[in-house]
Amino acid sequence: MPEAITLSVNGSEVSVPTGSMVSAAISAVGDTAFRTSVQGEPRGPLCGMGICFECRVCIDGVRHVRACQRLCQPGMQVITHD
Amino acid sequence: MIDRREFDVLIIGAGPAGLAAACCAAEAGRRVGVVDDNPTAGGQIWRGEQGKPTQPAAVMWFERLRKAKLEFLPGTRIVGHPTNGVLLADDDQKLLELKYNKLILATGARERFLPFPGWTLPGVTGAGGLQASVKSGMSIAGRRVVVAGSGPLLLAVAAYLRRAGAIVPLIAEQSPRGRVAKFAAGLLAHPAKLTEAARLKWELRGVKYLTDCWPAAAGGDDDTVKSVTLHRRGRTWQEPCDFLACGFGLVPNIELPMLLGCEIEQGKVRVDDGQRTTVNNVYAVGEVTGIGGLAHALIEGQIAGLAAAGEKDAALHFLLFPRRSARRFAQKLEHAFRLRDELRQLPAADTIVCRCEDVRFDQLTQHRSWRSAKLHTRCGMGPCQGRVCGAATEFLFGWGMDSVRPPLYPVRVEHLAEATVTPESSSDVD
Repeated sequence: MPEAITLSVNGSEVSVPTGSMVSAAISAVGDTAFRTSVQGEPRGPLCGMGICFECRVCIDGVRHVRACQRLCQPGMQVITHD
Repeated sequence: MIDRREFDVLIIGAGPAGLAAACCAAEAGRRVGVVDDNPTAGGQIWRGEQGKPTQPAAVMWFERLRKAKLEFLPGTRIVGHPTNGVLLADDDQKLLELKYNKLILATGARERFLPFPGWTLPGVTGAGGLQASVKSGMSIAGRRVVVAGSGPLLLAVAAYLRRAGAIVPLIAEQSPRGRVAKFAAGLLAHPAKLTEAARLKWELRGVKYLTDCWPAAAGGDDDTVKSVTLHRRGRTWQEPCDFLACGFGLVPNIELPMLLGCEIEQGKVRVDDGQRTTVNNVYAVGEVTGIGGLAHALIEGQIAGLAAAGEKDAALHFLLFPRRSARRFAQKLEHAFRLRDELRQLPAADTIVCRCEDVRFDQLTQHRSWRSAKLHTRCGMGPCQGRVCGAATEFLFGWGMDSVRPPLYPVRVEHLAEATVTPESSSDVD
């Protein structure tokens, strides 16, 4: 198994250790806000364990995926604020 | 296509309690299935321990698990209960129909978050929440983290974050000094906890531990938190931080037990000495029966695993004494870190309480029940289905959850459309 995985977050390539969740990859590109709330406020991860849905992003074209519960895969395309 | 599986013993939750139950039932020769919504086993306390465990208890239990014959269904959440002996689950690809003779609920707990001005800023996270993120690969090295809220979890989180390279200037514990001191003295009756406390104290040397202290507001620019205003004994001041890791204790995840009709007592699933709930063939173990920590979870898991497997031997009786001690510890914990009344005054009129639907505090104060607030403001009606704001409004207004409805988690419509509706489940739809 390779030590690092390279994936894309909002078009930028980022490498994270194997076993990292997508939330870690988004943080690695320096983003603290993952989504925009219904009133337009920036929001980031709160619970870290799949409860709060604040970290939901678009992964490989599927929207509303919780970044904290999805393992990074090579070549994954992640879009935040979608 | 719906995927159908059948088990003698089905366990929901792969944290320590669920894994202990699974090992015991599988070792007794039962056909065991374990479901967890995370991609790996371990729950929160053993997050990231599967594969390369480091904690001594995790090493032992993952080794037992490796030898046991059972089916693990990761990344799978329970969404419904169409009929007796059947649960409906979703693994993001498809729906699954899981049949069982015995069901063990090890759904764990989540953190309680309380609203205060600025708590929705990115960078304000749960205490366990930030720890989970770091365990999931996030780098925290060199970042300044204020840890706040309540309970011994704050100490464990602060120690973990420091090991990961974070700068932790202080821990703000809302509970009064006297109560915390009494709790610490009471640890003498629980030698394992005492050892753990001593280790944490050593690891946290140089970190201020402030009792009677809580966050009054978080501030920053649009995208991230930059500081927290702390309140202590009439004094307020600002602490700069890159993260505010803040959790006010733990709340049992009772949604699935409620859907199954299990009796709930003071927010916990009621169980007897054999971990049986009030519903036939359904057991509950670990934090969902009361917040008691790792030892408590492992003992209850073993009791239920053996009982569900039909083993009525000495092993079960052997576990009843340690469970009494674990329960006593749970009671002390609850008393020592009870939330103080002042925390109800934290939200301002325009503070968001329901983060999914952006419902403000002043929209809620005119309602007298959770149901009324839901119907009129959409509070608790977003994707988290009230898991965050429900625990907050329970504390702020004393509102209780009156019912739980499927699906327990959002499900893709195409998955539902592909599932065959059985006659039993169609009778529930009205």
